[in-house]
Amino acid sequence: MTPNLHLWLIPLLPLVGAAINGLLGKRFSRQTVSAVALAFCGAAFVMALWIAAQFSALNVPHLETLATWIRAGAFQADFAFYLDQLSLVMLLVVTGVGFLIHIYAVGYMWEEGGFYRFFSYLNLFMFFMLTLVLASNYLLMFIGWEGVGLASYLLIGFWFTKDSAAAAGKKAFIVNRIGDFGFLIALFLMIQHFGSLNFAQVFSSVSNFGVESGTGLLTSIGLLLMVGAAGKSAQLPLYVWLPDAMEGPTPVSALIHAATMVTAGVYMVARSHTIFERAPVALMVVAIVGTLTALFAATIGVCQTDIKKVLAYSTISQLGYMFMACGVGAFSMGIFHLMTHAFFKGLLFLAAGSVIHAVGGEQDMRRMGGLRTKIPWTFWTMTAATFAIAGFPPFAGFFSKDAILFQAFTSPYGSWVYWAIGVFTAFLTSFYMFRLWFLTFFGEYRGEESAGHDEHSRAGAPALHGHGGIHESPKVMLIPLVILAVLSVCGGWIGSERFDKFLAPALHSDSATVETATPTHTEERASETLLTGVSIMAAFGGLGLAWLLYHRRPQLPQEIAQALGGFYQAVLQKYYVDELYAVLFVKPLVDGSTKLLWHGIDRDVIDATLDNSADGARTVSDAARHMQSGNIRSYAGWVAAGAAAVVAYMVWMGTR
Amino acid sequence: MVPLSYYLALGGILFACGVTGFLIKRNIITIFMSIELMLNGVNLSFVAFAAQWHALSGQVFVFFVMVVAAAEAAVGLAIIIAVYRTRETLNVDRVNLLKL
Repeated sequence: MTPNLHLWLIPLLPLVGAAINGLLGKRFSRQTVSAVALAFCGAAFVMALWIAAQFSALNVPHLETLATWIRAGAFQADFAFYLDQLSLVMLLVVTGVGFLIHIYAVGYMWEEGGFYRFFSYLNLFMFFMLTLVLASNYLLMFIGWEGVGLASYLLIGFWFTKDSAAAAGKKAFIVNRIGDFGFLIALFLMIQHFGSLNFAQVFSSVSNFGVESGTGLLTSIGLLLMVGAAGKSAQLPLYVWLPDAMEGPTPVSALIHAATMVTAGVYMVARSHTIFERAPVALMVVAIVGTLTALFAATIGVCQTDIKKVLAYSTISQLGYMFMACGVGAFSMGIFHLMTHAFFKGLLFLAAGSVIHAVGGEQDMRRMGGLRTKIPWTFWTMTAATFAIAGFPPFAGFFSKDAILFQAFTSPYGSWVYWAIGVFTAFLTSFYMFRLWFLTFFGEYRGEESAGHDEHSRAGAPALHGHGGIHESPKVMLIPLVILAVLSVCGGWIGSERFDKFLAPALHSDSATVETATPTHTEERASETLLTGVSIMAAFGGLGLAWLLYHRRPQLPQEIAQALGGFYQAVLQKYYVDELYAVLFVKPLVDGSTKLLWHGIDRDVIDATLDNSADGARTVSDAARHMQSGNIRSYAGWVAAGAAAVVAYMVWMGTR
Repeated sequence: MVPLSYYLALGGILFACGVTGFLIKRNIITIFMSIELMLNGVNLSFVAFAAQWHALSGQVFVFFVMVVAAAEAAVGLAIIIAVYRTRETLNVDRVNLLKL
């Protein structure tokens, strides 16, 4: 007898909060709105903790069916929730980090209009994200998947009066649709071949398949799932929406576009590991896409000057690491990095928000500097996060990133190429993060003195000004920073091996073909130490270079940029990918829609058919109208003529 | 004995006169009389056929036509009087209230 955990309450609580704030919030005071939002989100977190406490006594995987949703023939999809080690980790990360960011947002958004709207959306996002994480079948997962996309769209476009924010929201939505298309096709394939979308049934059907040597059904499903994951998790070639998504408020960037939603793709791939393990080609594509994205985004991040854009590209790059881990079969390491990344990247965004808040809405790092002493809390927490993401031991990012790089090198699916690119990316990561760190907190302050005036704060940026000067954020913002900083430091201490063992029941099916390389032999121990040494060196190299270029000799970067010339321009302009997509896809689509579909088909064929037939009917009627003159004798004449015609016909028939 | 074709020709001529009068004349009473003329043309061919084929049904039909014609005359004349009272004319071309 398994206890009833009432899993359905976890997603539902934030939904109730969203409904209360969304429907009634307009009349509430800010205090009430934040109390409602925090209470329901916090309740979900408490429930998640309660479940975690009971977890060891639980019969895993724990399944709770609430109601039948769809039943058509043999196919059935339920409102059912599924709890195993993987969803528990996701559950804790989403509710925990989500709750902290909710707290932070109360301080950050306090002066903003649409306060209730913001928290309603935020709670709505939590509902969908928890549905996604807890779903027991792909269809319910897809509901959550689409729902977080909707919440993301609403929150990116939160300042919808600003054109760029509205456009960014649309871009995110449309690019995600491309990915969702792949996801949907994968679901259709599953229904057709397995007759079900339930995780348990799909995976047990898949277990009957052998490992595909070339391409086949499982490879197609895997690749299509990867298309979906690439859309949601901003991987090549669908990453373009994430940097633009920074138009949203900073807590949104932290929650949705760093810590939780964008990791949904990683979660989905890890959840589908049974499929991927039997489709080596799909797995290889995942690894290659992840590796290339990690490198590609990191190089762009090096040249960005907007503090949030740097973090956005960094997020893409770190997501690339997670996919690299999944791609070499080390799914648990991908989830491990997902967790530590949620801590330090959430913190980085929140701290960046605090910095932006402090300097009155300025986001350009070239106009910051020397903030170390002015906002010490923000500085120290951000330092913890920076060291964590750069991979310095003993911070959280070191353990997860090192584990991924180790797996990339030693796993049967791995290769030294992945490892080499990964290490180089780690070096770049360290470099651009410390560049951000030095530019923001060291040197002289480069902004104008009385920061915080209206001309500084952009329309969308937090409008907390009026008290002039650079100032530390309120406590309600600092407390989440401190908690996340502690997690960023300690979050990795659990160790990759213990984490892997914990997730093993969920991520290693009994017939799994992948043997995750565990360093047992002394020889492998030695190689692990060597690999770890190299990645630590990469982190220190990045720090050193950033120190040299942005602290010691600040004029040097310009000289280097000039020496590089065209290449620097290309990187600065993000490799012209947006422009390339505009030329390759957007313009042909817009032109095709305008010239062919609108002008060509809609106007010249459909409308024209209708207009011309109406015109024709009128012309014919105009002519025919004269028959009915209203003159009795003309009617009689017609009758007589008709009768004569009938008679003539009959006579003719008779004489024939 | 007068051959059948003579009766039919006379009936046809009577009917054609009626049609022509109906089409040409403007006076509503003349038009009415033209209708009677057509009916009688038809009646003539009915009785001619009845006599030719020794069938009674033709003659019965004629009685029906006469009854209907009498009823029609009663109603029609009443309408004509009503029209004359309101329009003060018997010209059909000027009774055109329903015309566009």
